Amino acid sequence: MSLDLSLPADLLRALAPELVLTVAAMAVLLVAAWRHKTVRDTRVVGWLALVALVATAAAAGWLWWNGARPVGAPVMVALDDFRLVVDWLLLAAAGLTVVLSFDYVERERLLAPEYYVLLLFATLGLMFMAGGDDLMVVFLGLELMSVSVYVLAGFNRRSPAAAEAALKYFLLGAFASGFLLYGIALVYGATATTSLTQIGTQVRTLGLANSPMLLAGLGLLLVGFGFKVAAVPFHMWAPDVYDGAPTPVTGYMATAVKTAAFAALYRVLTEAFAGVAAWHDIVGWLAVATMVAGNVVALTQRNVKRMLAYSSIAHAGYLLVAVAVGGDAGAGALLVYLVAYALTTLAAFGLLAAIGRDGEREVRIDDLAGLAQRRPWLSFAMAVCMLSLLGFPGTAGFIGKWYILVAAADAGRLFLAVVLVLTSVVSAGYYLPVIMAMYMKPEPFEQAHANVRLGRLGAAVVAASVAGLLVFGVRPNRLLDLAKATGEGLHAGPATSAAAPPSPPRPPAPSGR
Amino acid sequence: MYRQWVLTALIAWPLIAGAGVLLAPTRWAKHLALVASLIEFGLSVPLWWMFAPEGGVQFMLDAPWIQNWGIHYTVGVDGISLFMVLLTTFLVPLSVLGSYSYITTRERGFYSLLLVLTSGMIGVFVSLDLFLFYVMWELMLIPMYFIIGVWGGERRLYAAIKFFIYTFFGSLLMLAAILVLVHVVGQRTGVYSFAYAHLVSHIGGLGSLAFWLFGAFALAFAIKVPMFPFHTWLPDAHVEAPTAGSVILAGILLKMGTYGFLRFAVPLFPAVALHPAVQQIVVLLALIGIVYGGLVAMVQPDFKKLIAYSSVAHLGFVMLGIWALTLQSVQGALMVMINHGISTGALFFLVGMLYERRHSRLIEAFGGIARVVPMLAAVLTIVSLSSIGLPATNGFVGEFLVLVGVFRSYPLAALIAATGVIIAAMYLLPALQRVIYNPLDKSANEKLPDLSLREITVLVPLIACILWIGVYPQPILRRIEPASRQFVQTVRLNAAAFTATR
Repeated sequence: MSLDLSLPADLLRALAPELVLTVAAMAVLLVAAWRHKTVRDTRVVGWLALVALVATAAAAGWLWWNGARPVGAPVMVALDDFRLVVDWLLLAAAGLTVVLSFDYVERERLLAPEYYVLLLFATLGLMFMAGGDDLMVVFLGLELMSVSVYVLAGFNRRSPAAAEAALKYFLLGAFASGFLLYGIALVYGATATTSLTQIGTQVRTLGLANSPMLLAGLGLLLVGFGFKVAAVPFHMWAPDVYDGAPTPVTGYMATAVKTAAFAALYRVLTEAFAGVAAWHDIVGWLAVATMVAGNVVALTQRNVKRMLAYSSIAHAGYLLVAVAVGGDAGAGALLVYLVAYALTTLAAFGLLAAIGRDGEREVRIDDLAGLAQRRPWLSFAMAVCMLSLLGFPGTAGFIGKWYILVAAADAGRLFLAVVLVLTSVVSAGYYLPVIMAMYMKPEPFEQAHANVRLGRLGAAVVAASVAGLLVFGVRPNRLLDLAKATGEGLHAGPATSAAAPPSPPRPPAPSGR
Repeated sequence: MYRQWVLTALIAWPLIAGAGVLLAPTRWAKHLALVASLIEFGLSVPLWWMFAPEGGVQFMLDAPWIQNWGIHYTVGVDGISLFMVLLTTFLVPLSVLGSYSYITTRERGFYSLLLVLTSGMIGVFVSLDLFLFYVMWELMLIPMYFIIGVWGGERRLYAAIKFFIYTFFGSLLMLAAILVLVHVVGQRTGVYSFAYAHLVSHIGGLGSLAFWLFGAFALAFAIKVPMFPFHTWLPDAHVEAPTAGSVILAGILLKMGTYGFLRFAVPLFPAVALHPAVQQIVVLLALIGIVYGGLVAMVQPDFKKLIAYSSVAHLGFVMLGIWALTLQSVQGALMVMINHGISTGALFFLVGMLYERRHSRLIEAFGGIARVVPMLAAVLTIVSLSSIGLPATNGFVGEFLVLVGVFRSYPLAALIAATGVIIAAMYLLPALQRVIYNPLDKSANEKLPDLSLREITVLVPLIACILWIGVYPQPILRRIEPASRQFVQTVRLNAAAFTATR
């Protein structure tokens, strides 16, 4: 299906997933405004949110199934498999978060149905981020997401830690937005456009690769994205925010937000800055710093939630390796790793939500001692998650890490591969103690885990994720095919549209220079 | 049919049975595990007769697995791996039977992990695809980690994590090396494949990169063997592991290191392996292992630790035999691998039986128990003598072959290694004397029960093997000779070719 995005009807079709979600989110907001009294109301809104997400996924699936491709001049949104596959991942992460939240909001008395509405709007923002083919759209999506997540992080009004988390996230998020905007402005100054495709064309045709203004803009963009993906040295906010936020929201931030940020970063770098070689090395060094610092600091954590926060920083480092590699292989590796990472992390946070109490801030690794005897299935799921995060063969995490290693080796970035391998060894030092506590240490006292309970829905989500981890770990062929095709589509798309003779890209406007 | 599927069945059956054991009622767990492991043994027995010594790699099965990366599921055995597979299937039922009274908590988990471990071990020995090998290599790590960590002694957590981190570190480096190797060979030939046969036939001319790759492989395997400076995890893991864990660890897991050298590190990088500097280092470390392992064993008050250090010495012989690269020495190395599995496995069983009677592993806790438990004493004597390498026991055959072979390449090293045999007598005989022959001076030892029927059933097959291999090793030697000869010839030939072209 070819869609000429300059025609309104085709543009609407191309935006179908976002439009469906916008309308649905508005509708759910109205419902929430009318009915927000009882526990049942919250639950109903949750189910409606889930329906909205499924409908959006169906719209994205419709575009994907028909092989929608853009023709004609590039507009502000991209239309390629990369966008649609990332959309699916985001929607799946959001859907799992909603299901995991059902029991959690009731237990923690966070009874405001707006919780689910905010999740929907945040997801909408993420979809725009991942699908934007224009720096302005990316920025708008990022802001929509950020504002929603600021509120979600502080949703537990009674918890000082949540307030701290929200404020910290807000302040540093505002900083990051500032950096990003200034970067966009400088890039616009250098190239006279904010369209990613056209920036790429301008850099190539005008030989801007060494323009100081463009490089400064690139640097600021990297800082802005560095904040959002929590790359070292821009990670300081992450542990506190992850720690203070309600656990399902933490899971959402660690998976969906990170996924979209990485997708946007990857698109910006490979489309707009394909002609600037410098970013490969810069991102490479960011990756090294993130992997080393994230893993080493995670070693010292005694608190499970905080350990997972630092572990998610470490994983951002692995993902940055895939970004630094670039190319089709980098995109494929990025997608596969994001799928594996999102499944694992959501399941882990879901399990943590079941184990914990009082916002899970008090669950230390030692508190899990002897859990395996009381809750064998829950412990098994947690153990699989830890092994997948460690990148152990037989789990999806291993396939993801392997793909990144293959991509790095093929691109000749052996140093990054070696650092990834060595820091993975370090990570055994903090994932294994969780398994060790659950299986090898005795229960501290009778009934220590009596109130550990995973609701039926949560259990279903976790079971599905863990099954997915194991299946992808042994038989990843489909996932790899999808990722490969998607990665190739990302770079084939703009190239053909730029080279399409009937409708060449708009002539560059040289007025900016 | 059998030829094609037997190895896959040997990998898959314990996994299925392991799941079954986990779901069955607790009181059936050990019996089910025993039946399952006996079926596994039964499946593997025809390999002995159907294996054609001159036939190269046999019982192959090759199926695409992850095509995008050129990964296949390829399994097969040759003379080198055949006996490792048989040793595995032979020791596992004995380990299950030997754990009947030792393991009293969480039995289902224990036996099902033991079965999963079996799958991983068989997988390591039959994989002919480097990816599959790596996956299997890691897969057996987890069950062993749990077996040590959950059912081990007092310092089990420390031992388990040390075991895990050491092995994991080495294997991740090996992973990176595998990736680079496949990438380099793929660029040169245009075929990205993890197949062992493809890699080993296109390996020439890597230049200095070969040193790094060999280093990564060698480190992973040297930790597992363990060679001298990397051996510190071994005493901890052995002492803390439950009896079956120690038996499997010594009997099979350590052999994976030497098997890795034989199968991967040396054939893939022959020029590096035969580089004079590398040769000197390996031979030196092997000798240090032999002498140092023996000397440290001599001063151990803990019987189990003594046997653990004796393993370091025995595996030193294997490394020496591989690096001497003569037909006898390689055959001898393979024999030592088999014999060490049988003798040391039996020793760990016996220590476990002593521990169950007296709840102590200290040598000084016993004394003069030959009068109380004559059968146990007799068996312990036979097994100890075989571990020392007395003629007419299995230990003699392997070590003698290694020494003969090594003498032709490194006469001095053979002399030093020969003292290792004497040292072995110096640590095992006094220990034997203090445990069973000294005067019976502790009242706690006066009422020890002798071997039960179940314990006799565990030990008789091992004793039979000890005597059979000691007296008539020909059937085994005949099966490993062609593979050993081929190993020696190809490595020497390739090393010469690559060194000349460099």
